[in-house]
This record gives sequence, C-alpha cells and structure tokens, in this order.
Amino acid sequence: MKRVSLLVVLMIYHALFVLGDARAQKPNRSKPPELGPPPALQLPPIQRFTLANGLEVVMMEKHQVPLVQLNLLVRAGTAHDPEGKRGLASMTAAMMNEGAGDRDALAFADAVDFLGASISVTAGMHTTTVALFTPLSKLDSALSLFGDVVLRPRFPAEELERKRLERLTALQQWHDEPRIIASNLFNKILFGPRHPYGPPVMGDERAIRSFTVDDLRSFYSLSFSPANAVLIVVGDVTRAALAPKLESLLGSWKGGPPFTKPWPPAQQVESRKIYLVDKPDAPQSVIRIGRIGVARRTEDFYAITVMNTILGGSFTSRLNNNLREQHGYSYGAGSRFNFMPLPGAFMAFSDVHAEVTDKALNEFMKELRGIASITDEELERAKNYLALSYPSEFQSVGAIAGALAEVVIYDLPDDYFNTYTSRILAVTKQEVERAARTYIDPDKIAIVVVGDRKKIEKGIASLGLGPIENLSIEDVLGKPPVIEKK
Amino acid sequence: MKRAVLGAVLCAGLAGMSWAQEVRITVPYTRFVLPNGLNVIVHEDHSTPTVAVNVYYHVGSGREKPGRTGFAHLFEHIMFEGSKNVPEGKFDEWLEAAGGNNNGSTNFDRTNYFETVPSNALELALFLESDRMGYLLDAMSPKKVDGQRDVVKNERRQSYENRPYGMAFIKIVEHLYPKGHPYSWPTIGSMRDLSAASYKDVVDFFKTWYVPNNASLVIAGDVTAEAARRLVEKWFTEIPRGKPVPPVTPAAAYLNEEKRLLMEDNVQLPRLYMCWHTPPVFTGMDATNDILASVLAAGKNSRLYRRLVYELQIAQSVNAANYSGMLGSIFWIDATAREGHTLKELEAVIREELNKIKQEPPTLREVQRAVNQYEASFLARLESVEDKADILNNYYHLTGNPDFFQEDLSRYKAVDPTDVMAAAQSFLSDDRRLVLSIVPKGKKNLAATFSQEVRK
Repeated sequence: MKRVSLLVVLMIYHALFVLGDARAQKPNRSKPPELGPPPALQLPPIQRFTLANGLEVVMMEKHQVPLVQLNLLVRAGTAHDPEGKRGLASMTAAMMNEGAGDRDALAFADAVDFLGASISVTAGMHTTTVALFTPLSKLDSALSLFGDVVLRPRFPAEELERKRLERLTALQQWHDEPRIIASNLFNKILFGPRHPYGPPVMGDERAIRSFTVDDLRSFYSLSFSPANAVLIVVGDVTRAALAPKLESLLGSWKGGPPFTKPWPPAQQVESRKIYLVDKPDAPQSVIRIGRIGVARRTEDFYAITVMNTILGGSFTSRLNNNLREQHGYSYGAGSRFNFMPLPGAFMAFSDVHAEVTDKALNEFMKELRGIASITDEELERAKNYLALSYPSEFQSVGAIAGALAEVVIYDLPDDYFNTYTSRILAVTKQEVERAARTYIDPDKIAIVVVGDRKKIEKGIASLGLGPIENLSIEDVLGKPPVIEKK
Repeated sequence: MKRAVLGAVLCAGLAGMSWAQEVRITVPYTRFVLPNGLNVIVHEDHSTPTVAVNVYYHVGSGREKPGRTGFAHLFEHIMFEGSKNVPEGKFDEWLEAAGGNNNGSTNFDRTNYFETVPSNALELALFLESDRMGYLLDAMSPKKVDGQRDVVKNERRQSYENRPYGMAFIKIVEHLYPKGHPYSWPTIGSMRDLSAASYKDVVDFFKTWYVPNNASLVIAGDVTAEAARRLVEKWFTEIPRGKPVPPVTPAAAYLNEEKRLLMEDNVQLPRLYMCWHTPPVFTGMDATNDILASVLAAGKNSRLYRRLVYELQIAQSVNAANYSGMLGSIFWIDATAREGHTLKELEAVIREELNKIKQEPPTLREVQRAVNQYEASFLARLESVEDKADILNNYYHLTGNPDFFQEDLSRYKAVDPTDVMAAAQSFLSDDRRLVLSIVPKGKKNLAATFSQEVRK
C-alpha cells in the first residue's frame, strides 16, 4: 500500500517538474552502474638536488593551496638509543623545540604559533623528523625558526626537568589505558628487552630519570648532520625559488658521518600462548594477536599488503566482517603488518565485549587459519581497493611528504608512486595464499588479552589454545612512578 | 570561470602578497535544487582524480524522542546495511572494489555520510546514496537493527566506558542542560535506550527525517558541474519528497546555579572540568569564544597552560574549547592534576586567571596569535576534496551559504582584545556553571568542592 502511494507521488512530481527532461529517466537499479576506466594518478615529478654541504633535498611541487610542508628526516631514532638510555632519542626530539636560536622555550613557541605555523620534532624508530607546516605567506619567518631547531637547539636544563616530569606522569597514566598496556606487552613479548622494537619508545622510569643535558647534546650531535639527513619539501613553491633560501639556511651546516648501529636479531614466536592482563571491571577486552612479520623491503610486500587487506585491512575484511558485522562482538576488528627497516610486528586486533571474549578469540583463530585460502572475488576487491584508492592519498602536502619519506627511508625508486597501482594489480591468488602461509602461522602466535580476569579467564581456558600466563598491569608496566611534589 | 577565481587566489599567494589581508578564501560552487527538495552543491577540483560525495541529513541526536536516545546514531549504522537494490554487505564491497572509502558520523545537529572515490566511480557512489535515501525500508529487518545495536553498544564501551575519564562528557551534558533539552543526552545514547530501539522506530525515523527535502548533497572533486548534475538528476529525481520536517524549536539552555559534581573513576590522576553555556554556532560571540579558548589554553603561552603546566607544574594538561551547536554551545575547560596536587589547587589558579581576563583584556598579540592559527587552519582545510565537501555541506546546513569560508574567517579577524574580555565577563560566570571532579577511586580528598556525587 505504501509503495503504491509513493508511486503516485512520484508520478505527480515527474509530471510537474521533470517531464520531458531526457536526463531524468527512471534509472535502472537492478545492478550497480558500470564504471568507466579508472583514472591514472599523475603526480608532479620528484625533484632531487643537493645543497653545498651535501644535504639531499627531495621535493614535490603542489600548487593547489598556498601551504608548505618541510620535513627534515634524520636517519637516527629510537633504534639508535644507547645501551641503558632507552628513550633518549625520543627525549632529544621532544626537547629540540624547547628553546632554539636566541629564543627560550616560551618565546620560541610564541614565534611559531604567531605565524600560524607548526614545528614538531618526533623520534620514530629509525628516523627523527623535524616537521614544519606553514602558510606560504609566512615561509621566510617559518624557515628561520626551522633552521634554529635543526641547527641551534638550546636544550635548557630546566626544560628537561619539565619534560621529565611530564613523561613520568605519562607513565603513571598508562596504567589507565588498556590499549597502551596491551601494546606494551605485545611488543615486549615479540621483540624482548634488547631489540629496538621491544621496549616503549619513551623508555622506563629509570631511564627517564637518568637523562642529562649532556646525553641530549651527545645524541643530537651524533644524529643531526647533513650526511645523515634528507630534506623533504612539498607545497606551493618552486625549486628555483626555494633552493637559494635552503642554501642560505642550511648550506653551512656541518656534521659527522652517518650514524650506524647494529641490532640484535629478534626471536620469532615459536608456540601459541595467551597472556592475560587483569583489568578489573573492564567492560571490554583488548585483544592483540600476532608474531614477527617481515621487513619493508621484502619481495613479498605487495602480496602481503593484498593478503592483509583481505584479512583485516579494510572494512569488508574477514576479521571486521566476522567480529563486527556477523557477530556484533566489537565496534571493529582488523590486522596490520608493521613494515619497518627490520622485521616488524604482524598484529590482529579488536576490543570486544568482555562477555564474548572467548567466542571472539575463537573467531580470530578461524580467520587466521582460513586466510591461506581466498576467493577470486576477495582478491579482485582487495587489489582494486588498494590500487584505485591510492591517488586519494596524495591530496595534502603533509600526506605527500609522508609518502616521500617512505621512498627515502627504503630507498625506493622515484617511479614508486607511479608503479604502485600496477604492482598491486599484478598480485596473484597464489602469491597471496603463499604470503598467508609464510607469514601467518596460527600455531605460533602470542595472544594478549587485557580485560576483567574474573569474567573472562574460564572461557579463554576452555578454548584450549595454549598455556595462559596471568599478569597484572604492574607486571607489564612496572609500578607507577612516585613523583616528588613540586 | 571557477578555476580562474581559484587561479587568482594562487597567484596572489605565489607573488608573496599578504594572504592575510588581501585574499579571499573562496570555494566556488554551483547549486541546484531537485523538484523533491534535495539541495545539491557541486565544487570542481581536478588536482587529484578523486571525487568526494557528502550527504547531510539535517537531523542529529537533538531530534530524538525521550526513551530513544542514541537512535540517530544507531540509524546511521543501519544505513550501511543495505537497501532495496543493494544487498546487505554490498554497500561496502562495491565501493571498495571501485577503490572507494566511506563512512558516516552523527552529532547533536546532523548526520553525514561520505564517500571518497576515484572519479570514474562517482556514479556508483550516487547510486548507493540514492538507493538508501529512497529505498532503505524495502530491505530493513529487525535482525539488521539487532546486529547494529550490538555494534553500537560496543562503540559505547570502546569510546566511553572503557576509556579513562570517558564518561565525563555524558555526565556533563546530563547535568549542564535542563532535563529534556535535546542536548542533555549524548549522541551515543544510553544502553537502556539502545536496547529499547525497535524496528518501528527505524521506519518512523526514516520517514520523518530521511527525506530529500531534509538532505543536502555535496559533490567535490574531479568532475564537471554539468556531469555531476546529470548523474544526480538521474539517480535522485525519482525519490519522492517527504512531508516537511518538524521545525527546530529552540530550547532554552540555561543553568541558574553552580552545580558541583564528583565522580570516581578507574584513573590514576584527578581531573577537573568546568563548563558553561555559550551562544549557538555563528551567533553572538561564538567566534570570540573560540579565541577566548585559545588565549586560555592553546599553546605554551596560553594563560592556563603557562600557569598550571609550565610555571607551577601542578597539572599534566589543560584544555579549553568552545563546542558550538545549533541550539547552543558549551565552553569547556579541563585540567588534569599531577600527583600530589588536588583539584582545589587547580581550581584556585583557574579562578585567578578567569578573573584576570574578565578585568583586563588580553594583549593584542595573544589575540592575533590565536587568529593567525585559525587562519592557517582554514588553509589546511582546503587541501582535500573530502574536507571541502564536508565544510561546504556544514556551512550550507548552518548558514544557507556553502561558500561561507571567508565570512567564517572574518568573524575571527574581527575579534579584538576587549571582545575577548567581554566574552569572559558575559559567559564564564562563577554562579552559572558546572564543575565536575573526576578522582581516582577512594580519593575524594583530591576533588574540588562538590555537592553531589554521580555514579559512573
């Protein structure tokens, strides 16, 4: 009945407004519309040049909006922390814009904020990035501040005390955060205490308390050097206009040789074990499952990327479809490979309703076991999703600078962006299934669960997935630091 | 013509002219209305072979019925579960197979749905959006409602209940607004109301609100205005106009007292919240309140950060924001105490700083610094077609003018220091506000003064 009256209304509107408009014929909804050929991504070329002191510049012009992103990528990060000083790279980075050039911390922040610009310094695992984002109209002033951070950080002792207190307090707050607890434990299990990917990037209480201004200066001078850095520029500038500015800003910068360091190999997970961290009264259980994956430069990169998209890398992936759409156990589930210079983690994850923790784990296991066999339809969807959505990742200066950093860090060819789509589309079903068999071994995984033990332990034990190690939050994070009153 | 305007903007930037004073930020668009009342806005940007589709339904949690809080958002979830010609699961599968991403979001005032697709897949996105606008109920079932009910309950657990301090917002709106005010419940809703939502509610809600005359559609990106119009007419014209939607009845948001609450939570450190009512978005001193929030807590040199975190070092963090809505806004301050310090100490310092800014205007530099940051953020929002599409739709929704960019920015540029002082005087009064202390379990001694305890 309702349908009939709808039709009547429709007919009236057609009669009144659209009759005779050939473009507004009733569309055929019996199948989705045919799509024309996908558009190709046509990016401006990657430009490379070198300053007088040897600093490499990698640049892409992007003229839609008058903005500039300038990222100095220094090839030293947390993985370069000295023995016993875990967290030094991160602390050094955090301190670099706490006063630089002739400005103290407050004056420096005021100068940057007044431009509407932002300058951040972040230590990654293998690189530290000094990132400037500025309106083009403020570029000259912003560049001068950027130069101060890179060349003339002051590392004031009183600012180090502030940062120390801030970080010790952050360590306390970690005890509130089930996801942080889970990821700390997961990394610790996979990589152990001596591998760079094991301990938290910020370091533990003892290390944080130990850092001195001399430690910061020493790490800075070992890592910050034109021979150990690459400058990435994206935005509404031309090489001709920018090169002289960079030359006068950074051309006189001198420094030591590249900062290299050997790393111990990590021990792969060789059995299946459950680590249950008690978080009393938690309404959800935070689940993290995985093992060590493979380094970014693997030949299998494209096959793994497609495989993970099917397993847990997209909304329609098996994990999300199963745990969220089919069962309603979770708001979302997924998986990822942490592609790094050294083999990083493969991790499947979800936060699930506490009551169904065991059932959810069971579904995780089904999907991890099942991914070695995929359908043609899944393969096509995943490949198209990755390949055809790729151009949309090149819209903002910040995102493009991030993509260029990948090219720089992994020494990828300059046609990487333009060949990505065809490389993804060339992946075969056999390659995906082989990647699943090679990199996902459901019998050799660590399963971390942070949740309400009294509610979930029995159910998990009954699955018989392996031994359960019960842990407290303090077993994972240590005791919260005791902070002396100010 | 449109490209030329944009080109002029760029040239001005390149020539090193002062962007701040000389150049209008404009996002050119064409607009048309279908006979069924659907408003359509098209913006061309061919810099990436990508198109953003963005649909607003002008209904948010503020239009929910008592006993059905959270329904607008639950409904948003149901919109992805298939429609007459789109079997369950295919909405996402077809989009992904075409290289598209999609999502939706709900707030007090509106619900939006958006796709980013390669430009060849625009028609697919429009087919999908039109099918759920026109034919959602043909494929609806109680089972779908149940499935998404469980998902949304897990969203509530993940985003609120299992987060430290995660229940603060829910408790704040409940006590800040008069009982029954449309903003007095959170968009996520209560567990009880989510359990009560029925299939019939879905039908009623759809028929009342999800009609083309209560929607607006933005297409931004690598498409011509003509082609976009042709496709929109093809897929959306047949959808019948609905009844006029019930008008928004402005509900008075007031607080005639100071409410002081305490809640215990599973946290290490106590946190203090202070909230006031401020005028609706784009009215009165809305932008001035944004600047006031920046002067108080954006950056190292902001007043509260500098005192609490930088100098005294008794707080780990401090935030201030003016959350603007159609029916009213919330001016919000929160500060987390460090170990060994109480919320009373934090409150005393905040009181000093608020008194100071009520008695003496901030410096010109403090205000200009905040304005300059807003100005840069306006540029950053012009970078992607999905951002532009959503902003065009939001401006249309709130002002009737999609290209409200320059007018919006001008509001900030017009603020002077005495305005900021006046805003603090007018809105941040001691005797009409909500003060909430969240303290670790068993440590009520860390709280600010309170007269009522609320349970998590």
